[in-house]
Amino acid sequence: MLIHEYQAKEFLKQLGINLPEGRIVSTPAEAREAASELSCPVVLKAQVLAGGRGRAGGVLEALTPEDAEKLAAKLLGSRLVTSQSGPPGLPVEKILVEKLVKVRREIYAGIGIDRKNEALVAIVGRQGGMEIERLAAARPDSIRKIHFHPDEGLKLFQARQLAYFLELEEAQIKEFVFLIKKLSRFFIERDLKLAEINPLSLDEEGKLVALDARLEFDDSSLPRHPEIASLRDESQENELERDARKHGLNYIKMDGEIGCLVNGAGLAMATMDIIKYFGGQPANFLDIGGGVTEEAVSRAFEILMADSQVKSALINIFGGIVRCDLVARGVVKAAQNLSLNKPVVVRLEGTNVAEGRRILEESGLPFSFAPDFEQAARMAVILSRKTE
Amino acid sequence: MSILIDENSRVLVQGLTGREATFHTQRMLEYGTRVVAGVTPGKGGQKHLGLPVFNTVEQAVNAEKPDVSVIFVPPLAGAEAIMEAAAAGIRLIVCITEGIPVQDMIRVKSWLRKYGADLIGPNTPGVISPGKSKVGIMPGHIHKPGPVGIISRSGTLTYEAVHQLTLNGLGQSTAAGIGGDPVVGLKFVELLELFRHDPQTEAVVLIGEIGGSAEEEAADYLKTSPYPKPVLAYVAGITAPAGKRLGHAGAIIEGGKGSAREKIERLKAAGVRIIDNPARIGLMTAEALSLKK
Repeated sequence: MLIHEYQAKEFLKQLGINLPEGRIVSTPAEAREAASELSCPVVLKAQVLAGGRGRAGGVLEALTPEDAEKLAAKLLGSRLVTSQSGPPGLPVEKILVEKLVKVRREIYAGIGIDRKNEALVAIVGRQGGMEIERLAAARPDSIRKIHFHPDEGLKLFQARQLAYFLELEEAQIKEFVFLIKKLSRFFIERDLKLAEINPLSLDEEGKLVALDARLEFDDSSLPRHPEIASLRDESQENELERDARKHGLNYIKMDGEIGCLVNGAGLAMATMDIIKYFGGQPANFLDIGGGVTEEAVSRAFEILMADSQVKSALINIFGGIVRCDLVARGVVKAAQNLSLNKPVVVRLEGTNVAEGRRILEESGLPFSFAPDFEQAARMAVILSRKTE
Repeated sequence: MSILIDENSRVLVQGLTGREATFHTQRMLEYGTRVVAGVTPGKGGQKHLGLPVFNTVEQAVNAEKPDVSVIFVPPLAGAEAIMEAAAAGIRLIVCITEGIPVQDMIRVKSWLRKYGADLIGPNTPGVISPGKSKVGIMPGHIHKPGPVGIISRSGTLTYEAVHQLTLNGLGQSTAAGIGGDPVVGLKFVELLELFRHDPQTEAVVLIGEIGGSAEEEAADYLKTSPYPKPVLAYVAGITAPAGKRLGHAGAIIEGGKGSAREKIERLKAAGVRIIDNPARIGLMTAEALSLKK
């Protein structure tokens, strides 16, 4: 779970890390007030949960409080489309107004999880402001990684190695060591997956200031960190995706015309792939999961059909723990309320398959039955073209 | 033969008295798995499904000598359960639990190295050596004994693959789910090495997916040491969008890394037969085996 920049900076502040002076606002009048309190020039930063805000026009400079008010009026209530947000963009409901920092140098500091080495990793870059992957590709010599273990933490000598690699002046070495040690301890205590300060700037007085911050927490750990779980901003999620999550479904909206309802993540991906293989485009990823209820299946089917791009649907169930009859009941219940007007191809296999098929057939609804996985995909693709 | 488990494996169930563990232990017993005991702290001394229940894994090991443990406990208790099993001397630990935090798993991995135990999972359907032993939650009846080894990061997609193989007249030596999480126990490389030496196994099917680098590591392994049996692979997620987690915690293309295309290219370059239509896993494996003969 990703949190907003302003929320991340609250945590950094508690850790004693220097930040630009700032206020969080949600109206143009508040933006004006904040700008005059902080004294201009100020920076207005749209709070959306996606990277690439700067290039998308979500980070603006204001020279006067009036200016700040005008720019805030433009940003607030709009949707910001960044390179990472997807086409509809994300709603801007809050702006972080910060005093402009005069920057002498920008660097990168981050902590993450190295899946391959099964360790935590602290990463620094001599150049900040750019995505670390791009920096690593463009100038591999300018970054340094040091692995550490969650039980041991980042050692002082390791923090010093990172600081000296950055070619900091002696005065900032101590400051950086303090920062990266604090951040690494926080990373472990709160079960983070990613903590980035990018850029971390050296201001004119020679102080290290965190200009931007990105904190991502491990969803699996949220039950033991309720204070973090409560920071989730649901306005930043796609409406259908949010609804699905609340029903314990894994749904990701995509750009195609064939809706998919599948049990299991791997089979759901394979169903999307086979649709593409036969010339169609999947409209979504949807895994109903193993412990699904009849009600959640109904909701899954409704979510699928609520996507106006969908021209045909493919239900692909390999019953194991999930029973075919349960899925069939859930689908029929939802389809009866929907006045089903799109073709639905069904492929059932495994636990209680005969009972599932009987329920679908006796519903009188126009389901098309496929004998196997391949036929199901072919039929769904053909039917998606007939409904032009 | 088979790998990891066989008819002699003595299986312990951690979390035995829970609802899911009870259901799946019944299925395992019906399949013929030698389940010998269960562990649920606080319920030691009771009988459940006719099995003795112990408070700790150590007590269960002393009394019933299990060498394999299968774990059904809540996600935040998962890491401790794995560590307890390793410390008690269990050889192979199969963790079904989904949703163990990733930093917990990093701690588990170094713990396992200390005790020399092997882990399958977490977030896995488990392991089955058809006709001999089933340690997990997969439907037993779709499997049959035979020459194909399966290593998969997925659950239901593995059932699909097994179903196709069985329909094509091909049984399985062992099918192992390595789990869908970012940090898991044994992966493709370690299991390929076991299948290499297993006389029953004549071909190996890998079922990968987006995220991480387990498929790339398998490609490197196959490239550096000539493999004596045909290896086939299907990698799910060619249509997956970047930056989105697709169901499994580990199934995500991050920082431009871990796409299906990249994995497929690497495996292909290592001589692996790529299955591009997931409905043809059975057929292509049958072809590969008949070419060999």
